[in-house]
Amino acid sequence: MSETGIGARVKRKEDHRFITGKGRYTDDINLKGQVYAYFVRSPHAHAEIKSINTAKAAKAPGVLGVFKGEDVAEDKIGGLICGWMIHSKDGSPMKAGPHPILAVGKVRYVGDHVAVVVAETREQAKAAAALVEVQYGVLPHNVDAAKAKSAKGQVHEVAPNNLVFNWSLGDEAATDAAFKKAAHVTRLEIVNNRLIPNAMEPRAAIGSYDTGDDHYTLYTTSQNPHVARLVISAFHGLAPEHKLRVIAPDVGGGFGSKIFIYAEEVVCLWASKRVGGRPVKWTAERTESFLADAHGRDHVTHAELAMDKDGKILAMKVNTIASMGAYLSTFASCVPTYLYATLLSGQYNIPSIYAEVDAVYTNTAPVDAYRGAGRPEATYVVERLVETAAREMRIDPAEFRRRNFITSFPHQTPVIMCYDAGDYNASLTKALELADYKGFPARKAEAAKRGKLRGIGFSNYIEACGIAPSAAVGSLGAGVGLWESAEVRVNPVGTVEILTGSHSHGQGHETTFAQLVSDRLGVSIDNVSIVHGDTDKVQFGMGTYGSRSGAVGMTAIAKALDKIEAKAKKVAAHVMEAAEGDVEFKDGSFSVKGTDKKMAFGEVALAAYVAHKFPTSEIEPGLKESAFHDPTNFTFPAGCHICEVEIDPDTGVTQIANWVAVDDFGSVINPMIVEGQVHGGIVQGVGQALTEGCVYDSGSGQLLTGSYMDYCMPRAADVPSFKLAFTETKCPSNPLGMKGCGEAGAIAAPAAVINAITDAVGVKDLPMPATSQVVWNALQPMKKAAE
Amino acid sequence: MENFTYHRPHHATDAVKLMKAAKDGKFMSGGMTLLPAIKHGLASPSDIIDLGGLKHAGVAVSGSVVTIKAGTTHAAVADDAGLKKAIPGLSKLAGGIGDPHVRNCGTIGGSIANADPAADYPAAVVGLAATVHTDQRKIAGDKFFTGMFETALKPDEIITAVEFPMPKRSAYVKFPNPASLYAMVGVFVAELADGSVRVAVTGAGPSVFRVPDMEKALEKGFSPDSISGVTVKADDLNSDIHASSAYRAHLVNVLARRAVEQAK
Repeated sequence: MSETGIGARVKRKEDHRFITGKGRYTDDINLKGQVYAYFVRSPHAHAEIKSINTAKAAKAPGVLGVFKGEDVAEDKIGGLICGWMIHSKDGSPMKAGPHPILAVGKVRYVGDHVAVVVAETREQAKAAAALVEVQYGVLPHNVDAAKAKSAKGQVHEVAPNNLVFNWSLGDEAATDAAFKKAAHVTRLEIVNNRLIPNAMEPRAAIGSYDTGDDHYTLYTTSQNPHVARLVISAFHGLAPEHKLRVIAPDVGGGFGSKIFIYAEEVVCLWASKRVGGRPVKWTAERTESFLADAHGRDHVTHAELAMDKDGKILAMKVNTIASMGAYLSTFASCVPTYLYATLLSGQYNIPSIYAEVDAVYTNTAPVDAYRGAGRPEATYVVERLVETAAREMRIDPAEFRRRNFITSFPHQTPVIMCYDAGDYNASLTKALELADYKGFPARKAEAAKRGKLRGIGFSNYIEACGIAPSAAVGSLGAGVGLWESAEVRVNPVGTVEILTGSHSHGQGHETTFAQLVSDRLGVSIDNVSIVHGDTDKVQFGMGTYGSRSGAVGMTAIAKALDKIEAKAKKVAAHVMEAAEGDVEFKDGSFSVKGTDKKMAFGEVALAAYVAHKFPTSEIEPGLKESAFHDPTNFTFPAGCHICEVEIDPDTGVTQIANWVAVDDFGSVINPMIVEGQVHGGIVQGVGQALTEGCVYDSGSGQLLTGSYMDYCMPRAADVPSFKLAFTETKCPSNPLGMKGCGEAGAIAAPAAVINAITDAVGVKDLPMPATSQVVWNALQPMKKAAE
Repeated sequence: MENFTYHRPHHATDAVKLMKAAKDGKFMSGGMTLLPAIKHGLASPSDIIDLGGLKHAGVAVSGSVVTIKAGTTHAAVADDAGLKKAIPGLSKLAGGIGDPHVRNCGTIGGSIANADPAADYPAAVVGLAATVHTDQRKIAGDKFFTGMFETALKPDEIITAVEFPMPKRSAYVKFPNPASLYAMVGVFVAELADGSVRVAVTGAGPSVFRVPDMEKALEKGFSPDSISGVTVKADDLNSDIHASSAYRAHLVNVLARRAVEQAK
């Protein structure tokens, strides 16, 4: 392993820029003649728009334009789309209600985009927005997923009973038959709490229309600028792709919430033309982020697990209601279906599984993919069920898991996925050792002496990353392919530019991608630059989400590097006057077998560009290659997290006393960055389990957790120092053997925490977030019983 | 945020004049509550009269009394060596307010004038039987807080200092709201020089309040066990998504016992 190659703990190249305040985010960009947009948003959860009077606002100082839905319709700008078609059990397509970029006729959640004011300054736009007079006729609303089907108000005309789809996966008859033979059945009612993403950088956009060239440019906080361009072009119909450039510069975190194409970004582009080509900037205020970024999770589930008398799992049955919010966001429909139910087998050999999912509309912000997207919800169901089953059957939870682990690969689950590689026993064994599982009873007894309740919980998660192949996802309803592209440009002096369709918004691609190049071409990472996030520079890209940038994005780069090496060998063979088959490439230099002839990579690059020493009729000058990579399968990272908590029964406060995470991510490019991803993921998962809960008031439909005064993000003090370790089984479906690590922590953590708390308290279930009040409430009946 | 006129007078008399002349003026000390309120559009004063120019800052320990000038930041109060010895409970309270930014800008005068029901200082002002000095008079701590965000101050009255008599022992224990870190419940317990005991509770109700039953019990025996059975009624307490009134009532007892333990 070289100092900067694969496996090296290289410090992140991009951090100097970020730490010294030189990051260039969308809001840092100011174009000549720039003006500002401010959105008028719905104060109601559900209402008819009777009239919008913009006269006063239009006359306010600095105002260039006040626009509403009718203006958008006049220009025939299409609405927002959902890019994954799901069909109900009965074969009918999902009921997608219209989602115009400015509301038409109705508003459907608090924060819905009603009108926009464009003015010379941000303050003028905001002041004028307060003068827009909207007359509403309030309609009955519902914010609760569980009540959506019987709610009085109907969110969309196309969706009776607010049902978007009723989808199923698995063999119902076989599952029912297996349950009949069960010696024990474990049942749980599970709520997966709604979360608000909270990227550090709020969403922002600058839409700029060039009247000279009839060309649009959008600067935006996107995880996938090419997909944004495709959708804005093909569905909103604003401009054809060659007349639209989308740039996603430095982006300060996304966690999924910046995958989607939102109304505000499209409005900025459209409005720029309306105000004569002046660039229109919008930067979300934090309150707008809370109200109008796509939220995550929000599932209500009834789950059952059937076992034989020895604790072998026979079957699983899951019934989930998933809130989609008020509109179907870009990829909302695939989250509670193909990203959720396909993972219900967990790490276990379960002969039959049947899942049914009702996706429903509620009068809340749209719900879409958020770190883990469906997989945290699946893991939570599986790992809560398994832990509870073990306790009910009085089998040690580690032993229960061992009895049911999948041990041979490939393994076809009853829910589509074919696991390619893994060693679940290995990660469990290592985790038990690191967590000193044997010492737990003693620690529990010691804690009891101090008046504290100690509990331990497991989470043996599995996830599916690098969603693929394109043909398969297409057959399941995806509107796009899920390959990735890359281009490698070797400069005449031997430095390298990588143009990638993956987008970095915190992941460290500028470092890890350079490590791959360094490893393969033997050049220093300082001589490699990574270019991404600009549709005019990068040929195409599907973007970054679902932990796909390593397994899919880097594989595309590796393929292009293969082509570079092959061509460079040809050039080197001519220059060194040797047969191509005799040229070897190692550690950055080309040599001729059995001779002392040698050329450095840089010399070959120069030779390729000078083109003096090879026939250009056979070999084209230059050294630049590109590749598209479509994986043959998902990748399946998995691992074991063990959480130990201590609870103060006087206050209900939970303290995480110990955390062990043993993950199998396949090959690891940069262990330091991977550990950072695991840390961040766990903290996000702990946030879901202990502190974060999005609350809408059922009576008013207002968002009660609309600021950091009420929405509680986890803090450093809420978590201990994590003990991390890795096991490794290579992923067979990509040449680098990588699986992906971006979401694992967030997927694993909630179940580990709640399993530990329920163990400590001695209850079957507790709602998330398990705040001190929740835990204290759970303890009261037991205290009374003890008295 | 609406525009406003900013003033920074150097004398209290000028500050009062400016306030009288303003259409809807607001005194500002550290601005840690007022500025966020203005930014969120919850307050839109015509004039801000910044009292920072009055240079009312400093902690003085003299005999049996500690005097903290109104413009003293929480950080300065927490760091004062004399106060750490004289009233450690008060020193610790100041060191636990908000976060470092808030502690280095926010002041004791600003905090008590704002009278946020979840602020920490009101518990100490009432719990230690302090006296609030203004440019016009002295107000007993017990009479100062009159309700949620309400005090005995007149609109043009400026706090100049808070005078704390040194107790025999005291402690403050706070249970922070997990999101905002304001006191969901905070209890200040003190045995005063004359042997009387005070238990003052912030965060739990609309305004700081005392718990006479606990005070009587602790006067008989200053130990956590003395009050283990003494509860407060949940009926009058705050209830929100973070804590029900029943949970708050329970926490008052838990924190009071812990404060007594710490003060022992």
